[in-house]
Amino acid sequence: MSHTATAIDTRRTDGASDGGRRLHALLVEFETPSAIKEAARRIRDAGFVRWDTHTPFPVHGIDEQMGIQRTKLPLLVFACGAVGCLTGLVLQWWTNASNVDLPAALNFIRGYPFQVSGKPFWSLPANIPVIFELTVLFSAFGAVFGMLVLNDLPKHYNPLFRSQRFRRVTDDRFFLCVETADPSYDPQHTPALLRSLGGTAVEEVYDEPTPPAPTRIVNRVLVVLLCLALIPPAIIAKARVSRSDSPRIHLIQDMDNQEKFKTQRAYPLFADQRVMRLPVAGAVARGELGDDAHFERGIVGNGYAEQFPAHRPEVRLTAEFLQRGHDKYGVYCAPCHGFDGSGQGRINQRAIELEEPAWVAAAALTDAERRSRPVGHLFNTITNGIRTMGPYGDRISPEDRWAIVAYVRALQRAHYPRAGDLAAVENIGPRERDGGE
Amino acid sequence: MRTTDNNGREFDNTADDPRQRAELVTGGLGFADVTEVVSNVAERPRPPLAWYVALAISVSLLGVLGAMILYLFSTGVGVWNLNNPVCWGFDITNFVFWVGIGHAGTLISAILFLFRQKWRTGINRMAEAMTIFAVICALLFPGIHVGRVWLAYWMGPLPNQMAMWPQFRSPLLWDVFAVGTYFTVSLMFWYVGMIPDLATLRDRARGKIQQVAYGLLALGWTGSSRNWHRFEIAYLLLAALSTPLVLSVHSVVSFDFAVSQLPGWHTTIFPPYFVAGAIFGGFAMVVTLAVPSRALFGLKNVITLRHLENMNKIILVTGSMVGYAYAMEFFIAWYSGNLYERFTFMSRALGPFAWAYWTMIGCNVVAPQLFWFKFFRTHIWAMLLPVMCVNVGMWFERFVIIVTSLSADFLPSSWGGYYPSWVELLTLAGSFGLFMTLFLLFIRFLPSIAMAEIKTVMPQAEGKGPRGFDYNPDEYESPGRVLATGGSH
Ligand code: HEC
Repeated sequence: MSHTATAIDTRRTDGASDGGRRLHALLVEFETPSAIKEAARRIRDAGFVRWDTHTPFPVHGIDEQMGIQRTKLPLLVFACGAVGCLTGLVLQWWTNASNVDLPAALNFIRGYPFQVSGKPFWSLPANIPVIFELTVLFSAFGAVFGMLVLNDLPKHYNPLFRSQRFRRVTDDRFFLCVETADPSYDPQHTPALLRSLGGTAVEEVYDEPTPPAPTRIVNRVLVVLLCLALIPPAIIAKARVSRSDSPRIHLIQDMDNQEKFKTQRAYPLFADQRVMRLPVAGAVARGELGDDAHFERGIVGNGYAEQFPAHRPEVRLTAEFLQRGHDKYGVYCAPCHGFDGSGQGRINQRAIELEEPAWVAAAALTDAERRSRPVGHLFNTITNGIRTMGPYGDRISPEDRWAIVAYVRALQRAHYPRAGDLAAVENIGPRERDGGE
Repeated sequence: MRTTDNNGREFDNTADDPRQRAELVTGGLGFADVTEVVSNVAERPRPPLAWYVALAISVSLLGVLGAMILYLFSTGVGVWNLNNPVCWGFDITNFVFWVGIGHAGTLISAILFLFRQKWRTGINRMAEAMTIFAVICALLFPGIHVGRVWLAYWMGPLPNQMAMWPQFRSPLLWDVFAVGTYFTVSLMFWYVGMIPDLATLRDRARGKIQQVAYGLLALGWTGSSRNWHRFEIAYLLLAALSTPLVLSVHSVVSFDFAVSQLPGWHTTIFPPYFVAGAIFGGFAMVVTLAVPSRALFGLKNVITLRHLENMNKIILVTGSMVGYAYAMEFFIAWYSGNLYERFTFMSRALGPFAWAYWTMIGCNVVAPQLFWFKFFRTHIWAMLLPVMCVNVGMWFERFVIIVTSLSADFLPSSWGGYYPSWVELLTLAGSFGLFMTLFLLFIRFLPSIAMAEIKTVMPQAEGKGPRGFDYNPDEYESPGRVLATGGSH
């Protein structure tokens, strides 16, 4: 266990090079923490700067003995934490709440107001967890990497590792090391001073011009790995700016490519062997409607039709046709417009009773304005709706719409009859006259 | 429990005698002996047979996990029995279980460090490793449950041509950040603490491979006092950062539930209750791992019975907190007058999952009460009984919370049942394989005890602070001084 004190080698101690071999430092070995603390104080007092103590664990109180300044690491960590906090804040605002116009090329980093269940776009309480986590994360990075950088680590090659004795620094021995590069180093006096410190051994540590083989190999491997690591980002960067005719690489198919029949392929199940089927008889494709603008839309030329589309067999101004119009009017229109076309339907009455603020009274269908409308306009009103009235084109077939229009015309005529109309009605029997309602 | 102190006298390490401090390291070990005992685990040519047996079992289970995950990926999440309404089952139960396990590690390494509980030095490395491995297991589950795993990166805020961003107001996303940060910080904390010990293994290594491997990992550490100075401050800062972090992580995990509207989930008690439960379950796992490790690798003088006893006391305290939380949940369900809340809790205790509920109560509330008795705290086989119960009970706690609330919420028409598929059962078993494989490899190849830290609390270190288990603030010179050196002298 114990070594003869001051077992200094007979090798040169003047720091001059010897075939590339150079004296790097002098090491003094101690066995107890108190011994090294005492020695450290003396070396500090002697004015050395490039020296250090090496211990298996942090020795209590050695910082003062060596005169170590308190590190700035906490400030660095604070700065990192502040950056993390800001990052969290800006990241969330930018991605979920911002509305900043960017050039199209930057669209991939564009943020926008993110509507989720009607929550406010920017509500700090909901954003605190992420801000907190990023603050901690960045601070921790600062603490770890700051400590390593300030400590000059990783540093896999160190001349001290050439000393066999120094290996016990991580076990149970305490070392004091003075570098020959120290301005106060003196080839005569310094070794004498170190020997007088009371250590169990003093050793010279030499440095070779070339680092040992493992260090070199590891360095080379690291360089190669670094270069290899650059390849994928380079490929991605190239892909982002270049164009290509070949389809994209499709690693994971999801459901993009499925077993299914595509246009122009054969399909044995059908007699004609074609995948593409013809439409069934009577099918109306989108856009194929409207060949007959008068009948389908109530349009003639550029304006509303003034006449019923008499060229269509469905539209015949017979009593039957009017009866159909009367029925459909009762179903679709009367709730709002009233059976008499006065605009006083049940819905209208109820809405007025409830003082519904958004209710617009249904129009009276028999007033002068409505009477002056061409039939094409009435037809269009039913088909597409008008102002606050909704469209009924999807629910009522064109011929029924024409029937309703005919009935509305009849209603208007009933309110404002022409001379002779009354006589015509009186000719009809009373039972027949009240029939519908 | 008799053992020898540093003067070779016999004494009871677990006795509370104010005249004699219980030593942190027993058996009269010196610095070199500590190095020897701990490094020996990594250096001995052959670990004990039990290690091989355990590794064989663990690796087989790990293989099962791999197969199950492959099956899941290739076929889809339908291989699990998740359904509507029970859309979270084993996957999230396992996730919360494993994250919780990790918390004890951070508690030991960070919170006990800040409280200057020097006894943590014996177990902190192992507990930190446990944290890392448990969080790896935890991260696995949300990772694989997303359906199209290859799109899991959508969880992160990565610039993309779709201008698609994560939704930052969702607790599920907070989770991504919380658990991600937790894993990263724990990993750094663990590794930084290990650097000096890796240097020890490097300096003692005889084989070339060991020399290069440990050499690379040790980053060229020379034990320089100038390095130690910054190292200790960095370590103190990391502890100070990890402490709020660990509390935030399980709080955020509990937000996954509490922020929703579901009866049984939507409660403000969740964050503290989850954190207490996590520490509770985590300590049980540390004891579970420490007991066989110290026996197998001859670490009984470093992880002493007193360490185990202290942890059992913490299990008792946190277990009682968890029991209080269970009771309080019931009370509030009644007191709130909320019909749905009342129903959920009644059905937890009496409904189709009552068996799971009462397993949880028995394991988490009743079993730890045995630790009121010193006998159970200080006898290995006796302490394993409640500890094993807690391991089981804490898994069931998450299962009960998740499945009962999901299976029967507001509308009876949308109720549903749940039982795991064989794939889910084997995935859970497999996650233990992953955890144990990593742990066994760690204990064999890395410094499983924080040697440098232990040396600072030994009498030979000549520090002024107390070196025993008991804390006495008067023995410190001044608080300022303690902070300046990172406090672990
Ligand atoms: C839900 C209530 C409601 C129904 C049902 C309804 N309308 Fe209307 N209609 C209105 C309202 C309201 C207006 C007035 C719109 C405005 O002024 O904004 C109106 C206006 C009209 C007008 C006047 C358009 C113009 O030229 O100014 C006509 C004609 C008309 N409706 C016909 C009909 C016919 C025919 C039907 C049955 C197919 C019908 N409405 C069904 C509510 C209804």
